[in-house]
Amino acid sequence: MKHLIQALLTATFIAATPAIAQTEIPFDSVPNALQLPAGIYLGEVGGVATNSRGDIFVYTRTGHPTITTGTARPFAHGGSRLFQFDRTGKFVREIGKDSYGFMFAAQVRVDPSDNIWVVDQMSNMVIKFDPQGRVALLLGRKAESVPVPARPAAAGDGAGQPTDLFDRPTDVAWDAAGNIYVADGVGNARIAKFDKDGKFVKSWGKKGTATGEFANVRSIVLDAQGNVYAADGGNKRVQVFDSDGNFKTAFTNVGNAQALCITKKQVLYVSNSNPPEDIDHDGEIYRMGLDGTITGRFGRAGKLPKEFGTVNAIDCRGENTLYVGEVGNLRVQKLVLH
Amino acid sequence: MKRILTSSLILAMLAAAPALAQRKATIENVRDIPYSSVPNFLKLPPGEYLGESVAVATNSKGHVFVYHRSATTRLFEFDQAGNFVKEIGSGYYGFEFAHSVRVDKDDNIWTVDEGTNVITKFSPDGKVLMVLGRRPPAVLGVQAAPPGPNQPSQKYIFCRPTDVGWDPQGNIFVSDGYCNNRVVKYDKNGRFLAQAGSEKAGSAMGEFNLPHGLQVDEQGNVWVADRSNNRYQVLDNNLKPLREMTNLGVGWTLCISPGPHQYAFLSNSNPNGNMPGTWDNTGEIYKAELDGTVIGKFGHPGKLPPGFQVVHMMDCRNPNGIIVGEIESWRVQKLILQPITAQAGGAR
Repeated sequence: MKHLIQALLTATFIAATPAIAQTEIPFDSVPNALQLPAGIYLGEVGGVATNSRGDIFVYTRTGHPTITTGTARPFAHGGSRLFQFDRTGKFVREIGKDSYGFMFAAQVRVDPSDNIWVVDQMSNMVIKFDPQGRVALLLGRKAESVPVPARPAAAGDGAGQPTDLFDRPTDVAWDAAGNIYVADGVGNARIAKFDKDGKFVKSWGKKGTATGEFANVRSIVLDAQGNVYAADGGNKRVQVFDSDGNFKTAFTNVGNAQALCITKKQVLYVSNSNPPEDIDHDGEIYRMGLDGTITGRFGRAGKLPKEFGTVNAIDCRGENTLYVGEVGNLRVQKLVLH
Repeated sequence: MKRILTSSLILAMLAAAPALAQRKATIENVRDIPYSSVPNFLKLPPGEYLGESVAVATNSKGHVFVYHRSATTRLFEFDQAGNFVKEIGSGYYGFEFAHSVRVDKDDNIWTVDEGTNVITKFSPDGKVLMVLGRRPPAVLGVQAAPPGPNQPSQKYIFCRPTDVGWDPQGNIFVSDGYCNNRVVKYDKNGRFLAQAGSEKAGSAMGEFNLPHGLQVDEQGNVWVADRSNNRYQVLDNNLKPLREMTNLGVGWTLCISPGPHQYAFLSNSNPNGNMPGTWDNTGEIYKAELDGTVIGKFGHPGKLPPGFQVVHMMDCRNPNGIIVGEIESWRVQKLILQPITAQAGGAR
């Protein structure tokens, strides 16, 4: 009997603390990876991504979203900025300064043609910039005015309506044919698919805990076969679908999945991000095979270098050189895995 | 009927502004310390203005940092002569509504922002080194004010925090604040260690009602300006209450001078929103030994220097050259005090 209880306890313990016995991956954080010019500060980092030259893009919540008074309705603008650095971390330029759609940074990703895609969780827009920084394609539409006091956006009841409008989208990804997949997101809980020209194709998922449903979709990434990996952090899992939205499998051993990345060699990184109000638990990043096998882990929640404050973005273009964007510590770390 | 209306109005006014109450100190026979205000101490570049100058601090070189409520909240650095050096944190995410700035022993600059609920440690050259707390996410929309009953206090989230200090080991202490009513201790890496008080206001020892200012002495004791309880509390390093001072008026803010012989300066500040006559008996700053013996006082309300309107923070790196930041005059004054000793006139 005693043994049985012990075994049960052990089993519970293992289930509650995913992969505690996994290999710790030695790693370093490169000091001063980004050199910010005087007068430029990072806020909460929604996204970080690199292009084919190694240039680094950071989409960050810089503060002061402003609501007007003395107007027919309250209008809101501002709050986030997109910065570009070169591969050595030297500041290059700002893109989209004072853009109509930059309010609450959710993510930035760079596609295979070096276009820069920005996802904004408050304007509910996905904005594609060409490599020169010109607006090339827009998905979703910003609400004309903001409700005061706050109330949920019209599009967002999480019921999974097939619509090309978003409610707090979080991420964007593409397949080999250029089809666009949007993680939508926190208000809605679904994945929306568009063709390469931005024509709405379909969406799947809604709020819930069943297979194919999401608490929220915090991040999305595709593998070389076109399978869709969706971070369903609120349900503590990553769900995998084919490119038409048919459920394939789920990984339930990575905690609060919030940020995803797949390398060229098809290695998956998943962040078990700590919530911003707690740095005493979680925070580690897992390295996995595409079948869900964990091959290592590194890091933990905290405020020092090599610690993480709510990782919201991972870039893994360099197979063992990662950039992570943090909400809690207002920074980007460049990590070298050994 | 008219009388009922009048008393309702007075009641409504009292209910609307309890935190602004002025209070005459009950301590008596405290000698006056003669002082003068340095004329035009801070020299602003053309086109630059201070707003509500709620926070001021100096570093080891005597540079003066002013964290003030301008159109946006801003942090300015001046040299020891008051010449403008530079702005730090322009447009920074953790700046919205200034409350405190303090400089630690390594000359790092710490800002406490009660609009974003964020405390930031800047390096001496203005880089962000550490962030405590989290700004409410803008994506949730406009917050009603006040946002309703206080949420249970959390280890790493503040509710309008007011001040920050450090013990000689580098542990971090935060007074938090207008909607929490607690003091929190973190280690030097920002990990939670302990708290006194809670989200609820209280008046027992170890409880707070608007902890509005905080500093730590060289023994590691934590001094708290417990404003709406009209007192200062002194806690030990683990936040157990040691004693209180209840005879110095409202208990608005304090500083503690460095060095082998430390003094505490404690301000009975004089906000607007009060009746005629209150200028006559509030607004003064007390100088005390660390055992609580008050050895002198100086200052009085006034729109013009050397009067105070309203002292919100004091820097006393030099106990005879106090720098005060005032809210309602949008001003920073440097005050030269005539040195006195405890023997010249102690009072308790």
